Amino acid sequence: MTYRLTDDHLELRALVRELAEERIAPRAADIDATAEFPWDLKELLAQQDLLGAGFPEALGGAGLDTLAQAILVEEVARVDATTSLIPVVQKLGALPIMLAGSDEQRERYIPRLASGEWLIAFALTEAAAGSDVASNKMRAVRDGDAYVLNGSKRFITHGSVADVLTVFALTDPGAGGRRGMSAFIVETETPGFAAPRVEHKMGIRGSPTAELTFDDVRVPAANLLGGQGDGFKIAMATLDRSRLSIAAQAVGIAQGALDAAVAYASERTQFGQRVSDFEGIQFMLADMASQTEAARQLTYAAAAAVDADASDLPYWTSSAKLVAGDTAMRVTTDAVQVLGGYGYITEYPVERMMRDAKITQLYEGTQQIQRLIVARQLLARAGVAEPRRG
Amino acid sequence: MKIVVCIKQVPATTAEKRYTPDLRLDRAATEAIINPLDEYAIEQALRLLDAGAVEAVGYLSMGPESAGEALRRALAMGGDDATLVTDPALAGADEWATATVLAAALDRLAPDVALMGMASDDARGSLVPGAVAAKRGVPLLSYGAELALADGTTRIRRLSATGFDWIEAPLPVVASVTDQVGEPRYASLKGIMAAKRKPLETWSLADLGLDAAALQGAALTRVTDARPPEPKPPTERIENVSADEAAAKIADWLAARKLI
Repeated sequence: MTYRLTDDHLELRALVRELAEERIAPRAADIDATAEFPWDLKELLAQQDLLGAGFPEALGGAGLDTLAQAILVEEVARVDATTSLIPVVQKLGALPIMLAGSDEQRERYIPRLASGEWLIAFALTEAAAGSDVASNKMRAVRDGDAYVLNGSKRFITHGSVADVLTVFALTDPGAGGRRGMSAFIVETETPGFAAPRVEHKMGIRGSPTAELTFDDVRVPAANLLGGQGDGFKIAMATLDRSRLSIAAQAVGIAQGALDAAVAYASERTQFGQRVSDFEGIQFMLADMASQTEAARQLTYAAAAAVDADASDLPYWTSSAKLVAGDTAMRVTTDAVQVLGGYGYITEYPVERMMRDAKITQLYEGTQQIQRLIVARQLLARAGVAEPRRG
Repeated sequence: MKIVVCIKQVPATTAEKRYTPDLRLDRAATEAIINPLDEYAIEQALRLLDAGAVEAVGYLSMGPESAGEALRRALAMGGDDATLVTDPALAGADEWATATVLAAALDRLAPDVALMGMASDDARGSLVPGAVAAKRGVPLLSYGAELALADGTTRIRRLSATGFDWIEAPLPVVASVTDQVGEPRYASLKGIMAAKRKPLETWSLADLGLDAAALQGAALTRVTDARPPEPKPPTERIENVSADEAAAKIADWLAARKLI
């Protein structure tokens, strides 16, 4: 995969960096401490058209390519991982509509999501079905011109603040999760829907991760995405693309930690010299920088694969998420080490970044799931495995 | 009703400044931005545009070709069109030459209000608004905390020692505003994209009917020396003493300088 950064990409980076440093960075510690969703920053991103960056212009978006969207997420995540999830989840939740929705469905929902009037969440995971998506239990039963949804979801990012959800439920339990699951658009004001609880988390603490319950929620049949039974396919196609955003988020977190470590090491003196004068510290900074850059380049290449709709797209996005997530964890951990005791306290941002980094190894497919996807793609090229799980 | 905001591209405020051998600022070596004080003028003009008090906002800048970037950035914040006056004969222009050129360009653009920031971040002369008004023979409303337009007149609210004054003049005027206007907006993503399609015209001195020779080398003033500021003396620290003792020492320090 090849890509090239255009002037437009650089201009977007400059725009988002300025906004991130001036308006988002000063809020990051408070968002983490209070674990409150940053509604003000959601408004700010909406005002600057950044929630609609990737949606088509005809549907109220800015029509930017996937690489530009990755840069946007990266630059926000560089100062605050929680806030970077706002555009990430807006895209994740909308992808099923973009990939499988009808014109009517797109025209009703995408402009509202692009403007930030509505927030969306992607409701796939259940308490007993995380990596094992096909074991989902939630039911949807056809009743006249509606489907009736019953069951619950867990670990749903933005589930408690969303106005609309894309929800995955079994319409044909006998056929199993792969063939019997369907995708629906559910507006959260529908009677029977509730978000009774949010999790207490280690990182991305301002981003509400909710449990959702569906008690006889009647959804118009017109809100079925694609055909009945297309749910698993839609979910996998969504995740193949959306995990690129997580790779970008991880790159941003790593860069933020690296920048903090360089700044600290250049200012702090110990034993009569700058911390950055010690070769041992220089080696750490060099490893952090080169690994972050490698993760970034792979992420950008994967973004190009998404835009090219490459046949081996999952290979690229899973590789990028795997490498970037592990890099973010390693680089943030090393940043804490460079700052020493100061790295371990909330006076500096790197301990938060270290806690935030961990989630990039877990959500939208654990690193172990990413390895399975990469291996299957690899073996498919060798002609010994099916390329896709769906 | 149209406003033209005059903006200047300046080196980033925090950037280290370098001089060329002929004592001009080395603009190629430093990151360039819109003069931060001009951003308040842009914000004021765009607020009037948003409120429907004016029909159009344009931008005017005099500078090297790279100043076109500053105009694009301004267009990304809002407004309709931009004009850049650039000419090799203008290198090293002082306030007088700048005012001469801006006045000639404004004669062509014929806005109701030519709006400016209160000073430039690099030269800080604050002379250009007054000089342009004088050259055009129109009223000057300077240092406004707010600009208001109604019924063929314009007013600025200027903070004074005792409160504020409203100062009024018939259109057209030259006006300058301060940072009291309110925080300048950020360019939005769609604003940046739209700015690429907005008209940006480039004029030379000849286009304005100005004679390079009459500009006398673009400056009546001459820079004789340029030096970085002297380093500040080391900070005196009062440490490891009780709060009472520290307060007494600070008071002594201030009293010794007749500050209290």
